[in-house]
Amino acid sequence: MSGISYSEILKLVAPEMLVSLAALAVLAIDLLVMREAPQRYRFWTGAAFAGLGCGLAIAWLLAMNPPPHSMSAGLSLLQGTYADDVLVRLVKVALLVMTLFTLAISMESNFTDHIGEYLALILLATVGMMFLVSSENLLMVFISLELTSLSLYILTAFNKRNVESAEAALKYFLFGGMSAAFTLFGLSLVYGLAGSIQFSEIYSKLHAAKIDTLLLAAIVMTVIGFGFKIAAVPFHLWAPDAYQGAPTPSAAFIASGSKVASFFIFAKLMMQAFAGAEGNGAWRHFTPGWLPVVATVAACSMLLGNLAAIVQGNVKRLLAYSAIAHAGYALLGLLSNSQQGMSSLIYYIVTYGLTVLGAFGVVAIVEERTGDASISSFAGLGRRQPLLGLCMMVFMLSLAGIPPLAGFFGKFYLFTAAIGAGKDMGMLWLVIFAIAMSAVSLYYYLQVLKQIYVVPAVEDSRPIVVPVSSRIILSLLALVVVVLGCAPELLLGRLITAIKLASHQ
Amino acid sequence: MNSLPILSILTIVPLIGAVMLIGLDSQSKRLARGLGLAFSLAGLALAAWLWKAFDGNSPDLQFVERHAWIPSIGAEYFVGVDGLGLLMVLLTALVTPIAMLASWRIEDKPQIYFSMMLLLQAGLFGTFTALNFFHWFIFWELSLVPAFFLIKLWGGPNRSAAATQFFVYTMVGSVAMLLSFLAIYWAVGTFDFIQLAEKGHNGDLASILNVKLGWYNLSRNQLPLIIFAGIFLGFAVKVPLIPFHTWLPMTYAEAPTGTTMMLTGVMSKMGVYGFIRILMPLFPEQMRMILTPLLWLAVATIVFSACAAFAQKDLKRVFAYSSINHLGYCMLGIFAFVKFTGSEPPWSTEKAAVLNGVMLQMFNHGLTAPILFCFIGFLEQRSGGLRGLDQFGGLRKVAPVFCGLMGVSIFASLGLPGLNGFIGEFLIFKGAFPLVTWATALSVIGLLVTAIFLLTVIQRVFNGPLNGKWASLADLSWRERLIVLPATALMFLVGIYPQLLIGKINTTVMQMVDQLKF
Repeated sequence: MSGISYSEILKLVAPEMLVSLAALAVLAIDLLVMREAPQRYRFWTGAAFAGLGCGLAIAWLLAMNPPPHSMSAGLSLLQGTYADDVLVRLVKVALLVMTLFTLAISMESNFTDHIGEYLALILLATVGMMFLVSSENLLMVFISLELTSLSLYILTAFNKRNVESAEAALKYFLFGGMSAAFTLFGLSLVYGLAGSIQFSEIYSKLHAAKIDTLLLAAIVMTVIGFGFKIAAVPFHLWAPDAYQGAPTPSAAFIASGSKVASFFIFAKLMMQAFAGAEGNGAWRHFTPGWLPVVATVAACSMLLGNLAAIVQGNVKRLLAYSAIAHAGYALLGLLSNSQQGMSSLIYYIVTYGLTVLGAFGVVAIVEERTGDASISSFAGLGRRQPLLGLCMMVFMLSLAGIPPLAGFFGKFYLFTAAIGAGKDMGMLWLVIFAIAMSAVSLYYYLQVLKQIYVVPAVEDSRPIVVPVSSRIILSLLALVVVVLGCAPELLLGRLITAIKLASHQ
Repeated sequence: MNSLPILSILTIVPLIGAVMLIGLDSQSKRLARGLGLAFSLAGLALAAWLWKAFDGNSPDLQFVERHAWIPSIGAEYFVGVDGLGLLMVLLTALVTPIAMLASWRIEDKPQIYFSMMLLLQAGLFGTFTALNFFHWFIFWELSLVPAFFLIKLWGGPNRSAAATQFFVYTMVGSVAMLLSFLAIYWAVGTFDFIQLAEKGHNGDLASILNVKLGWYNLSRNQLPLIIFAGIFLGFAVKVPLIPFHTWLPMTYAEAPTGTTMMLTGVMSKMGVYGFIRILMPLFPEQMRMILTPLLWLAVATIVFSACAAFAQKDLKRVFAYSSINHLGYCMLGIFAFVKFTGSEPPWSTEKAAVLNGVMLQMFNHGLTAPILFCFIGFLEQRSGGLRGLDQFGGLRKVAPVFCGLMGVSIFASLGLPGLNGFIGEFLIFKGAFPLVTWATALSVIGLLVTAIFLLTVIQRVFNGPLNGKWASLADLSWRERLIVLPATALMFLVGIYPQLLIGKINTTVMQMVDQLKF
């Protein structure tokens, strides 16, 4: 698009710039000024600057909403390298909020001395995610994915005193590298078929094309790449180890922000670029396309995630398997392949991200105080630290989908969208399966709550001391989960309007 | 009509209580019990006020509150009560404090127990007042969670299996119902019970479903019937109708006394309530289409459960089956009510009688059955957990007050004129006989067997030679008498002066009769 000047482009990417600058600033300050200061101060100062960057970016995004270029419908620069519309902005705000919470729950931890690097990497991963959600171009998608993934690999390995952390990072990295190769291969096939890397042009080339083996291979390869990012079966093998071995705040970040960004771009790619190549995912009426592929992945994720979570003895591992299951549910939104499906997907994954951030926040504290994150170290938490117990109850019940928490409405809305999808209620089988599986999931979430409220603490029943800042953050997250559950319209209304506007471009 | 959001307050009060209690220290057991009771009594006071302020001559929904909630999916915060809702709210409010008093002796984490009871009460209040599916379904599910924990944590030796069975059964029913409602929402675009009922009454609902939803070449009648079946399953499990009842005997037998009282007294009414509030207005045609099988189910429920009760050796199981039997009459009444009879005036009298009878039966069973379980609880405390039908005998000699009062409840359950049980059953049979003669005639067998097994209980437990083991069995203490006496008085009151209840529900019933004519 030619009519746009450099200053306008700068205005558009200002949020990304602000976060990148914050990353540099945090690095510089920590290395140059705070080197000798006590660890706590370094973390606080660094996080304050990082938070400032994110905060400014959020403020910019909100103040400039609707976007300044008089096109609330959105615009797409340089062959879709940088797309911008109301919906993208909304998702970016959600990403930044999750980064802020990640920063907040890492402030009290002490697994590393390299605080500047740690915070800078979180911010860089965030930049990657922000670019990811605003790309409508295969190349840009890949570059942003890599920026995000590489930062996350390092974040996983950050606990140098722990062998598990290194092992987890290596597994994550190897799987990631493999899946990146698949993605790249798939994307190159798409380029070969469509002759373009821009979503809209791919659509116009492919929507009428017959679905042949090559296109199907391209679709499957692409799904593999994203399946890895969202930890869906059978590309999930890294997740349990990475979640367990990574420093808890890193795991929280992988589970929240990274999920949101990947899901969003995955859905966008499938619904926009591959529209017309859906096929049919209805039970016993499979016809080739991406719907049956994704439907199979979703069903497997729900099954394996939920069943494997039941036998876990470590809460971080349990959360990893539950994340796999939740990826399965969220894919229902994608399978709806409609505007409503998109809004249900984003609502679900954003509320899931916030919930899981809170859950990891609690786990981080318990792990620090009791030495490990096994399920039995939560015994008697309700007595030892009532506030923490209460917050964990909110998070667990929301993940299980108990009303009136955000997780319940998220699921309800997902199922509503999926029931009406396609003709002949084709996704009915998957919805029934999803509901059955979420009933199963109640079991393992309740196991955690049973430890917290019913089982008395074994060795150490002294109260757990929790810093005020952590209390505030966790209560805030719990409050958000409750509020979004009771008044989903707060987020949903915005989402639906944004999606309507964005689809008019 | 009234600016005070009384129904919201009614639901929130027990919720506040539940949250307060769960935060209590485990040491302050007395405080926990006291607070629990106080909150449930506050609920009772509010319900009583509601009862008094309710205008029995108006067929409209009263105390309506309506706010936009999630406009994007047509979910509203919409509450209101008519005669039926009011009756159920009152029943919930009455049973909860009695059930709490009956659970007074629970020593293991009473703060959580009482908190769960209050949560259950809140869920029930919500279910009986909500008029939008989304809103209603939240409370419907919410009431399931505390019930599960009450059974699982405080039940008898087989509690785990019982709780799981209860949960899985009810969950399957709920899921079927949820799917049906999502399909309805996709077709009609609303979750509003009142709007849906209007469409159901004039026959639009089925045609909209047919137009908007296609499902693999199903014929015109089949699709609405499948959707009807999903919702039907949800309620049939809850009531329960035979053959969906298999969870019930074990659940009732294993649950702690107070919880069984809530289960049989109020939670079983959720199913019947659903039939009257949702299924009957939305799918009258579909019900008529399969009326004969439905009537067979009702007859089977009445007769088989009575026979099964006769065969039981465990008192709790006797009354569990008896509970199925009594709700079977409600089912018979509802199915008779929907029978298509044209709009000839004579039938509307019969139909009004049937529906009045069903509602009275819901209330009366909700009052009598919990008290019976309460008595069994007292007996268990004295016998150290024994409750076999043949393990007692001659108790009348050592515990005359216990036997006398329990005898009153048994006779009320049996339907003796002058006590509350009579009037509901009488109206159901009176109205249903001309409408569905064969089914009603067969159901009379159930009445007979009920009388036999209830009298057997009296004979084996109260009369006969005194079992030496129980020679020093203590009679009811004053505290225990205070728990059961108000309820017993109410049994007499309703039995002698049923107009007390009919006055509030009759207008609602007449309106339902009118709406169903077309």
